[in-house]
Amino acid sequence: MADVTAPSSRAPARGLFTGNALPIAIFLLFVLVPLAATFKAEAYVLGLVTRVMIFAIAALALDLLVGYGALASFGHAAFIGLGAYAVGILASHGISDALISLPAALGVSALFAFLTGIVCLRTKGVYFIMITLAFGQMAYFTASSLAPYGGDDGLTVHMRSTFAGLPVFANDRALYYICLLSLLGAYLLCRALVASRFGRVYRGARENALRMSTIGFEVYRFQLVAYVIAGMLGGLSGFLLANATEFVSPAYMSWQRSGDLLIMVIFGGIGTLNGAIIGAAVFLLTEEWLSGFTEHWKVIFGPLLVLVALFARGGLIGVAQKLRGIFRG
Amino acid sequence: MSLTLLIVQTLNGLQLGVLLFLIAAGLTLVFGVMDFINLAHGVQYMLGAYLAVMFYGLTGNFLFALILALGATLVFGLLLEFAVFRHLYDRDHLDQVIATFGVILFLNQGVKLLWGASPLSLPMPEALSGSVVLMPGILYPVWRLVIIGSGLGVALLLYLLVSHTRVGMLVRAGATNAPMVSALGVDIRRLFMIVFGFGTMLAGFAGIMIAPILSVEPGMGDTILILAFVVIVIGGIGSIRGAFLAALLIGLVDTLGRSFSVDILRLFMAPSPARTVGPAIASMLIYLLMAVVLYVRPAGLFPAKGR
Repeated sequence: MADVTAPSSRAPARGLFTGNALPIAIFLLFVLVPLAATFKAEAYVLGLVTRVMIFAIAALALDLLVGYGALASFGHAAFIGLGAYAVGILASHGISDALISLPAALGVSALFAFLTGIVCLRTKGVYFIMITLAFGQMAYFTASSLAPYGGDDGLTVHMRSTFAGLPVFANDRALYYICLLSLLGAYLLCRALVASRFGRVYRGARENALRMSTIGFEVYRFQLVAYVIAGMLGGLSGFLLANATEFVSPAYMSWQRSGDLLIMVIFGGIGTLNGAIIGAAVFLLTEEWLSGFTEHWKVIFGPLLVLVALFARGGLIGVAQKLRGIFRG
Repeated sequence: MSLTLLIVQTLNGLQLGVLLFLIAAGLTLVFGVMDFINLAHGVQYMLGAYLAVMFYGLTGNFLFALILALGATLVFGLLLEFAVFRHLYDRDHLDQVIATFGVILFLNQGVKLLWGASPLSLPMPEALSGSVVLMPGILYPVWRLVIIGSGLGVALLLYLLVSHTRVGMLVRAGATNAPMVSALGVDIRRLFMIVFGFGTMLAGFAGIMIAPILSVEPGMGDTILILAFVVIVIGGIGSIRGAFLAALLIGLVDTLGRSFSVDILRLFMAPSPARTVGPAIASMLIYLLMAVVLYVRPAGLFPAKGR
């Protein structure tokens, strides 16, 4: 059981990058985007950045698991799908108020996270990766066989959510700010969580689960709570995604999507939270940029991922820190 | 649910099982010996099928196509190992996941670039394209029997190799405790290259053999890869025996589940909900099985690592 005693090789980044300068810059940028977008291609830019923020929420949640708990979930897209389907299914029955659909999205995700977490968290390492993948696939196949709700083809959401009857989600700009607020909320929640007593125990379990349980903490419970919270944040992301795209499909929870989320987190630098947001932005913008050149953009994107894995240890934030180190001598 | 259908579907399940075994065998060894997550193992299977189609087009002979495609997948696999995977062995699993995910994206798209997005087909050898009468009233395609037979043959060969040769002994030792084997003076990298190349070839072989039945298309390796992962996790990572039994189990459960779930559910509920729920349960069945197995035995049925 060598893996239990070895401290994680992926300790979170420290220094400037855990301070406030970077997140303030990131969120300021997000606030300024709509203003800049008024000059050119407003709908396109708003839509793209909204998407970035939505996936950033899910990536943050995943970073909470991967970066702070060493729980590499390969099925996190399932929660996006659950949240999205909650919106889609309720809307198809004429219920589109966020006062109902948001709690439903969060509740379903929390329940799924709780039930699968009980099983998943008994396993470690590679087995954890594989079992979360299996549950993700289960959710995927369930969604594809939901014939009354479109099955494989998915489901069009005819009406964006309202809030207490007010059509606050209807306007793209309003939706943008709602996503921004949600992202900010999710970010602050994660930061507070990581810094709290709960977070210290949870992070302690990443470094050495055996030692933590010897001290007297029931590590499993802490991990389960974190798993449920991460699942709910995934559900929130799905809730917003369904509103942004006005469409729900099983593809939201495909294993490739879970892989994308992992890549975003690793791209940015795991265990940094800021990195998850940066990673989501870089991933989606690169995808968008490359697909502008050729429909075969994956031929370029694939090797790019290989290069990142080979040479950019610690993700973008890790690389930035190394560069800082070099500059300072 | 007639007996005839049961027999035919059991054979189909066996056929899926041996196919999964061919893929899972390489995967579980690579996993077990080097602790390396190779998501790109599924694309080797796809590549095998595509190369067979290409070589068939060139030679017009299935056997030549089989041999050439096997050689080509081996060379390609070793090339990938040399260029990418080799540098990731002592890295974190997450790095391996991204890198091999990148390889999947590249190859799935590359195949589309070279051969187009529309599915191709590989004609099966003339002599083996008919059906045989297994029992009065049961016709079964010969090619599927060939797949089952060759799969079982490979399994036997692997068993002999792994448990009765020196290389096999080193592989087993490597799966149990790789650093120790290396400390005893065995060149573990070379050992791994052999294992990797062999695994790659087996995946390619699976792709070639199944190509005449399935359509050859980009992304065909992805679904089977996930199934192969389920197999090796249930069987216990690093265990060939576990992979074999789990592959047959998964093949049978999946196939029989898909064919009979609606009929079984009808015993408990009305036909119309049974028709909706049945397929959903059938496609979830193996994942449920995996969840149950891992809940009871978190390291799979036959864990190779001594704990």
